[in-house]
Amino acid sequence: MWQQHLAILPILIPLFTALLQLLPWGDRPQPKRRALGLASSILTLVFAALLLAHVNQHGMLVYALGDWPAPFGIVLVLDKLSTLMILLTAVLALPVLIYGCYAEDNLGSHFHALFQFQVMGIIGAFATGDLFNLFVFFEVLLISSYGLMMHGGGKFRVRSTLHYVLLNLLGSALFLISVGTLYATTGTLNMADMAEKVALLSGDEAALAKAGGFMLLAVFGIKAAILPLHFWLPQAYSTTTGVVAALFAIMTKVGVYSIIRVYTLIFGPEANELTWLAADWLWILGILTLIFGIIGMLGARDLRLLVAYLVIVSVGTLLATYSFSSAAGISTALFYLIHSTVITGALFLLADVMALERGKTASRIVTGKRMANHNTYAVMFLVASIAIIGLPPLSGFAGKLMILQAAPVSASGFWLWGTMLAATLVMLIMMSRTGSKMIWHTLQGKPNDQSAPMGKRIAIGVLLSLSLVLTIFANPIRDYTDAVADQLLDTQTYPNNIIPKRNGEGQYE
Amino acid sequence: MEALFSVTVGVLTACSVFLILRGRSFPVVVGITMLSYAVNLFLFSTGRLTINGAPILGTNTEYADPLPQALVLTAIVIGFAMTAYSVILAVRTRGEIGTDEVNEQDSGESSR
Repeated sequence: MWQQHLAILPILIPLFTALLQLLPWGDRPQPKRRALGLASSILTLVFAALLLAHVNQHGMLVYALGDWPAPFGIVLVLDKLSTLMILLTAVLALPVLIYGCYAEDNLGSHFHALFQFQVMGIIGAFATGDLFNLFVFFEVLLISSYGLMMHGGGKFRVRSTLHYVLLNLLGSALFLISVGTLYATTGTLNMADMAEKVALLSGDEAALAKAGGFMLLAVFGIKAAILPLHFWLPQAYSTTTGVVAALFAIMTKVGVYSIIRVYTLIFGPEANELTWLAADWLWILGILTLIFGIIGMLGARDLRLLVAYLVIVSVGTLLATYSFSSAAGISTALFYLIHSTVITGALFLLADVMALERGKTASRIVTGKRMANHNTYAVMFLVASIAIIGLPPLSGFAGKLMILQAAPVSASGFWLWGTMLAATLVMLIMMSRTGSKMIWHTLQGKPNDQSAPMGKRIAIGVLLSLSLVLTIFANPIRDYTDAVADQLLDTQTYPNNIIPKRNGEGQYE
Repeated sequence: MEALFSVTVGVLTACSVFLILRGRSFPVVVGITMLSYAVNLFLFSTGRLTINGAPILGTNTEYADPLPQALVLTAIVIGFAMTAYSVILAVRTRGEIGTDEVNEQDSGESSR
């Protein structure tokens, strides 16, 4: 029976590790904190993998906290989508933490504890089945991200953190308003229960729930960086340290996940008057986000900024694909999500080591000195570029091909084809330009003698090799994401797994 | 009572939006604090307004919905901590950059 507790372990492990890491730990605390952090990340990864295997085999895991039954107490709902996202978080966090252990954590205090809290918040947001609990986990991940974004200090970082904090405080206020509106109309906060209640609404109440639903879209839009709400992202991601930016690669995906969850389950196929509430908006905004990302990439004069715009492009692609509301659309979007998270994470780290080894020219896209490990980075940059652009043979190609196949034969499908292929061309141009300037055209004279530690390069290599894994195992992974999409779209039976059945008198059994 | 309540929430929100749209960090922080008050009041009202009702079912015919009260408590705690943090951050920014203009552009190309 211990397997049922797998549901909460990926949240508890980072939580308790972070608390331990906050202890003083004597004169040289850093090695101990590193050991704790690494142990925790490895354990989280192991348990996340076990959890996925368990859920895949035995079906959805519903964990009632404090043993209060579902619509009254808070439940963690570990379905196929949640476990996939949790595993992805754990897979990204470990190499990023290894990278961080190479003196990156000395740039500011409590890096390790904040890192673990961040991981806990992200995993919690993926695991919870309760809308208000989702807000609480959003706050956990936001508060630790405020701390992490400041990591390393400096003028620009402080300012971009201030912008980020103020914007997200506004987002939190909006989140509360929309949760309140939805609670007032449906009388529940459990997402599965809310899905059943929303289907019964009509008239004025449906209009109120609609308002709540759209406000929620704005909140998730801030997190996911959808078009009118994305302006914080390039500045924030390009000014913070590489290791933090790499971890933040999963943060926009928390927004995307929340959109997929809420607008498939609550406002999905069974929502009566509110069926597919956000699909039309997500379609237009997704395409516009994609186009904006392309324009941003063309204007980027810094590798880190370029990668930040790549994140925006991936978000646009994901949402436009999701908005087709078909099983194939959701499944391919999820495949692309895994790929883009891992590769943008690797690119942020790569930009960071390249900036270190280039010295004065840092990560600006200009001709500079040769780097100490020039050839390694050249190969890594090539691999990362091929993956992110979507050239064969790496995972980006598989992901984009699947998305293009999933696009319906209609006007919207052709729009997606056009913008995605244009985005690919621009990515190709920009990555080639960046590679030529930073790696091919170097200044004469001896290379820079500052060399990044081996471990950092290995961490990047591990992340990049995941792209290869994604390509080789594309078929089983696609089968899994297909299963995820089927489970998501099965909104008629889905709530029955979470909410206990009621007998004739309306009492819960 | 409902009218008075909704006017209060509305005025608070309107004032906070006005303050948030200012270009300096101090009014923005005050505006966000005010917005969180408005949001807390709003959340409180989502369980419907009742007078003289204990939030316990079964002891009285008049009862209040306990859930929004719990939500408001959580929101107050988080909001309070975040206000403190943003004040500190605003002071720090003021110290490092020398102005509290939110969008002070001193050099466009910034990396580290």
